[in-house]
Amino acid sequence: MTAVQKAVRPETAAQVLSLYRQLLRQGQQFAAYNFREYAKRRTRDAFRENKDVEDPRRIQELVQKGLKDLQMLKRQTVISQFYQMDKLVVEGGISGKDQPGHGETVRQKDTGWD
Amino acid sequence: MASIAPSVLRQASRLASRPSVPAASRRRVGALARTAARAGAATSSRPFVTQTKSENAQVQVDTAIRIDRPELEKAGLTVAATSNGSTTHVSPMADVLKQAERMDEGQRPIYLDMQATTPVDPRVLDAMLPYYTGVFGNPHSRTHAYGWESEHAVEEARKHIATLIGADPKEIIFTSGATESNNMSIKGVARFFGRSGKKKHIITSQTEHKCVLDSCRHLQDEGYEVTYLPVNSKGLIDLDQLRDAIRPETILVSIMAVNNEIGVIQPIAEIGKICRENKVFFHTDGAQAVGKIPLDVNAMNIDLMSISSHKIYGPKGIGACYVRRRPRVRLEPIISGGGQERGLRSGTLAPALVVGFGEACRIAAEEIEYDSKRIKALSDRLLNGLLSLEHTNQNGDPEHFYPGCVNVSFAYVEGESLLMALKDIALSSGSACTSASLEPSYVLRALGNSDENAHSSIRFGIGRFTTEAEIDYVVKAVRERVGFLRELSPLWELVQEGVDLNTIEWTAH
Repeated sequence: MTAVQKAVRPETAAQVLSLYRQLLRQGQQFAAYNFREYAKRRTRDAFRENKDVEDPRRIQELVQKGLKDLQMLKRQTVISQFYQMDKLVVEGGISGKDQPGHGETVRQKDTGWD
Repeated sequence: MASIAPSVLRQASRLASRPSVPAASRRRVGALARTAARAGAATSSRPFVTQTKSENAQVQVDTAIRIDRPELEKAGLTVAATSNGSTTHVSPMADVLKQAERMDEGQRPIYLDMQATTPVDPRVLDAMLPYYTGVFGNPHSRTHAYGWESEHAVEEARKHIATLIGADPKEIIFTSGATESNNMSIKGVARFFGRSGKKKHIITSQTEHKCVLDSCRHLQDEGYEVTYLPVNSKGLIDLDQLRDAIRPETILVSIMAVNNEIGVIQPIAEIGKICRENKVFFHTDGAQAVGKIPLDVNAMNIDLMSISSHKIYGPKGIGACYVRRRPRVRLEPIISGGGQERGLRSGTLAPALVVGFGEACRIAAEEIEYDSKRIKALSDRLLNGLLSLEHTNQNGDPEHFYPGCVNVSFAYVEGESLLMALKDIALSSGSACTSASLEPSYVLRALGNSDENAHSSIRFGIGRFTTEAEIDYVVKAVRERVGFLRELSPLWELVQEGVDLNTIEWTAH
C-alpha cells in the first residue's frame, strides 16, 4: 500500500493506479528500443519518487501532468510505429537474440534504410 | 477495357438477382456477362460475381504476422504430425508463418556517441509537430494572427532557454547552432572593439573546439593577437597562467565549459571571476554543458555563451547565443539583414525548431537531477568494466569530468581498428568534425599524450536514453575485441614477455 492510496480518497488512488498502468502500457508501444525502455523507467521512477505525496492539490497536479504525458505518449508511439528502424543489437538481451514474448509482433522483414 | 468489365459484371448480377426480368432482355447481355449471371444465379440470395476456390485464397500477411507465438508453436507441432505436408486443416496461416523470416538478431548498432549528437526526445517532437502542420506563420509578421501565434511560441521557447541558464529571455539570440554562436561571439566582439585599434588580443585554450580555434586563426590573419593557453595532463587550464596572460589590450577570453572529447569541466566560475576583475569579456562554449551540468550565467560571470539544441535531445539546425545586456556586450553582427534578434542575427526564425529547442531546454531543466544521477551510475558501470582491462586508462581529469563523456585509451590497440571491430556500437575516437581524418586528436596531444596513446583512444558518450543492457553489451564487446586485437599485435606479445617497448630500436625496411 503506497502512501497515495492510504492518504487520499479511494477513487483517486484507483485513478492514480490506472494512470500508472496506462502509462506503462502505452510506453511499451514505442518501436524504438531506447525510447521504450526510457518510458518504462521514467514512469516507474516518477511514481516511486512521488509515492509519499499527501497534499491532495499536489496529487491532482501530478495526475494532470501524467495525463498530459499519456496523451503525448499516445501520439508519439503511433509516429514511432510508422517509422520503424532496424532492431538494435542489444534487443532481446545480451546475447543479441530476439525472444518474442507472448503477444508480441514478429517481424517479417528488415525495415532499416540501406 | 479493365474499367468496363466490372461494370458489366455488376450489371449482369443485378439482372440475375431480379427474377422478373424477361429472358429476352437477358439474352441481349454479352457472353461474359452471361456466365457471370449463371454463377450468380447458383447462389440463391447473395449474388457473388467471382468464384470462391481454394487456389484463389490469399493470406493477409499483415495480419498473419500478428499471430501469437503459442499458436504458432501449436500449429508447427500439428504440421509436423501430418504426413502428406498439407497444413490446411491446421490454419491457412501456418504455411505462410513457416516461411516468414524472423529477424532474430538486431542489426542496428548501439548509439554511444552522444557528444556528436543526441536523438530527438519524443516530447520535443510532440511540441514541434504543430509548428510543422498547422501553425506556419512567420514569427516576425506583426500584422496578423498567424504571425502572433508563432511569435508567442518563439517567446515561450526563449523563456525556457533563459531559465535553464539563469538569464533574461531578452539575452537569448537564436542562431543556427553552436558553431555559428562561437563565430558570432568571437569575431563579433573582436571586430567591434578592435576597430579602435587598441584592443586586439584574445585568449583561448588549446583544447577548444575547432570552430573556436578556426575563428581565432581568422582573426590572427586580420591582425589580432591570440594566446592559446596550454592545459595540464588532466585537461584543465591553469588559472595563474590565465591571469598572467591577460593584458590591457585583451578583449575576450574564450574557454569551453565541458570539453567535447574528454569531458573535462573547466573551472568556469573562477575564470568568470578573473575576467570580470580585469574587465575582459568571457565567452564560453557551452554546447556540451548546457542542460547537463548546472550553469548560471550571472553566478559564473559569463558574458557570452554558445548553446546547441541537438546536444540536449532537441532538433538539429538551431542553437542560441547568450549575449549579456548588463553590462552590455557589443557585437558586430556577422549576418546583416532585417534586424531580427536585436539586429545581431538577422533572418527569419524557424518556429518549429525554436519550439523544439525550447521544449528540450524545459525538459533538461526539469530532468537534470534525474538524468545526472542516472548518467553517473551508467558511467561508473562503464568505467569499471573498461578500466578492469589491463593497460587501459581514462583520459582527462577523473574528478572534474562530465560523466556522460568517457574517453579511454586502450594501449597496444589501434583506435581506428577497434572502431572497425566494434561495428555493432556507434562510437567515435574524438570529435565528429575530425572523425574523417586519421590524424590523432589534437585535444589528447595537448594533454601531453603520445601519438600512440592518442591513436588508441575511444570516446563513449552516455545519454538520457542509454540503458544498462547497452552498457553491459558494450563492456563485453570491448573486452572481447580488445583481447582479440591484442592477440594479433606483435607489440602486445613483446609486452607480455616483459620487453619495454621504449628500449627497442626499430629499423626501417
